[in-house]
Amino acid sequence: MAESITVENLSKRYEIGALRRDTQLREQLMSLVRAPFKRHAPKEVLWALRDVSFSVQEGEVVGIIGRNGAGKSTLLKVLSKITYPTTGRVRARGRVASLLEVGTGFHEELTGRENIYLNGSILGMKKREVDKKLDAIVEFSGVERFIDTPIKRYSSGMRMRLGFAVAAHLEPDVLIVDEVLAVGDAAFQKKCLSAMQELQGGGRTVLFVSHNMAAVENLCTRGLWIANGQVRMDGGTHEVIEAYMNSFTSAEDAGAELNVVDGRRGTGEVRYTRVEFLSQAREPQPVTRSGKAMVVRMHYHANEPIERPCFGLKVLTDMGTLVTDASTWLHGIDIPLVPPGDGYVDLEIDFLNLLPGRYYLTLWIDSVIRQGRIFDAIEHAMHLDIEEAPVYNSSRRIDSRYGLVYFPQRWNLEGISRTPDVEVRSGTR
Amino acid sequence: MGEWLSEIWRTREILFFLAWRDVKVRYKQAALGVAWAVIQPLSTMIVFAFFFGQVAKIPSDGVPYRLFSYTGLLLWTYFSVALGQVGNSLVANSNLITKIYFPRVLLPAAAALAGLLDLLVGSVFLVGLMIYYHVAPGWSVLLTPLFVVETVLLVMGLGMLLAALNVRYRDVKYTIPFAVQIGLFVTPIIYPMSFFSGRLQSWLALNPMAGIVEGFRACLLNTPVDWPLVGSSWAITLVLFVVGSLHFRSTERVFADIV
Repeated sequence: MAESITVENLSKRYEIGALRRDTQLREQLMSLVRAPFKRHAPKEVLWALRDVSFSVQEGEVVGIIGRNGAGKSTLLKVLSKITYPTTGRVRARGRVASLLEVGTGFHEELTGRENIYLNGSILGMKKREVDKKLDAIVEFSGVERFIDTPIKRYSSGMRMRLGFAVAAHLEPDVLIVDEVLAVGDAAFQKKCLSAMQELQGGGRTVLFVSHNMAAVENLCTRGLWIANGQVRMDGGTHEVIEAYMNSFTSAEDAGAELNVVDGRRGTGEVRYTRVEFLSQAREPQPVTRSGKAMVVRMHYHANEPIERPCFGLKVLTDMGTLVTDASTWLHGIDIPLVPPGDGYVDLEIDFLNLLPGRYYLTLWIDSVIRQGRIFDAIEHAMHLDIEEAPVYNSSRRIDSRYGLVYFPQRWNLEGISRTPDVEVRSGTR
Repeated sequence: MGEWLSEIWRTREILFFLAWRDVKVRYKQAALGVAWAVIQPLSTMIVFAFFFGQVAKIPSDGVPYRLFSYTGLLLWTYFSVALGQVGNSLVANSNLITKIYFPRVLLPAAAALAGLLDLLVGSVFLVGLMIYYHVAPGWSVLLTPLFVVETVLLVMGLGMLLAALNVRYRDVKYTIPFAVQIGLFVTPIIYPMSFFSGRLQSWLALNPMAGIVEGFRACLLNTPVDWPLVGSSWAITLVLFVVGSLHFRSTERVFADIV
């Protein structure tokens, strides 16, 4: 098999803060007038990619994983020629299509049909090709009835469908896909995934960035883990995902300091400092078992008075599936003001109906009044190991094979017709 | 350079689709639609004809003043509107630049191309105006497309330079309308070149639009053409085109990083 993509010693440097200062011509002229021969003060630099090398064979489907800010998106942008590498080079054979966004170039005022042509053309299709595939694209999108309506009247879901429908008919030799499947409803995601599987069957090379580990595991033949702008691991999908997930497990068992910066977002007026797992009596609880009670205590430090914040916590599986999302806002709790300084909030769980396994917690604090303002967000802040417990009061081993959660339940067997010879027994045998 | 041009040729369909989008979108939900292409130069012409033609009695080389000023305004309107669009083309399409690759020059080129529709519609009105004033063109009318081509080259040359600068310095966005406003007065639209002395004329000739407007008008209305003026205008236009292209080429790699 031939090499489809070759990446050699790729590095990409960004100058942070350079943007704002430079954008005013006046500033530059002024600094030129003040000190005509002085070199500019060294700018803070960020290496988004550092010496990345790998090659992809024709027909391989590579899943690129890593935390936010690890350099995945920059890598995709360099591979799709949107941005140029500072050093190193990329060689790709055949027609490369990149899908960093669904519906790139869609114009609100144009109809669905017009946007298919515009988007298709920008993505690299010839008009003749679009003419030929138009019916199939429209059918795939499922928006036939509105195809001659300006897309400003479309719902966001319909736009997604239309955008993906065009992309699914690209037939490139190399397809580069960023996290685009994260949006849209479950049925449509499934459709997209099967469309991608068809691509794979057609011998196309696919590079796929996702936080959805289940999707990566299902679709990809190879995993590439990017951390801090470098290739941390390159190998079989399963092994790479495993290693990636295990990298989160540096946290202590009954609590963790959250002074990490890696993978952390938010404006920082208030930040989480520490998380503890406690018993109902507020004693440290290093082992948590299915069906028991627990308290998650989240310590924070506020640098200034915070008006109406929302504290939240998400529980995710190691595959990235959201198990549950808990926040003060969902409870309708209004916190008028958090004064500056240290404090904590307790999330009290009376009955933890998670089945055994390793779960990850994502923590955040955002603003109820200012939409979109996130003070702090830490993905995979720590893991939570749930140990086995005889949750059904039987001796059966109830582990992750039986799902993520369980319901308090009873079996009622009165409906089974009774014959005198058979005794239906319940309980431990 | 050759590779660049062949890539542009391969992706030429994107150019047409982008221009088509600009045209489609421009007059959507505008009740008067493409009539705006005539209304803009026409209303300016009426105002000019009153103040400069009737009140100030500025000469117009023996041509009816309305026809005289409309001829100049037609190209000038294309130039000023297209230059604004081209200069903003990269910033206005930053969503494309940061999400997909195609030759970046297609964005300014599409903006320059889209403006030609207005010019075409305005020209139809010009023909009507010539019939109304009984002005018959001579063989030189065949040369008029050359001046349109020159205007497009000038718009592209200046536009590529401004668009690339605009990515880094948003000051450009404010400079263009203001510069265009001054440009109207240093271009022979409300007056003929012959209105001024020889020394002032050679200063005005530094503005390539001067040669374009004078040459276009002379060829169209069958009056004597000032060939040295036309020649120097072409020379300046070509230099600006080359400078604009080279600057664009040298900066296009960083557009996606800083736009």
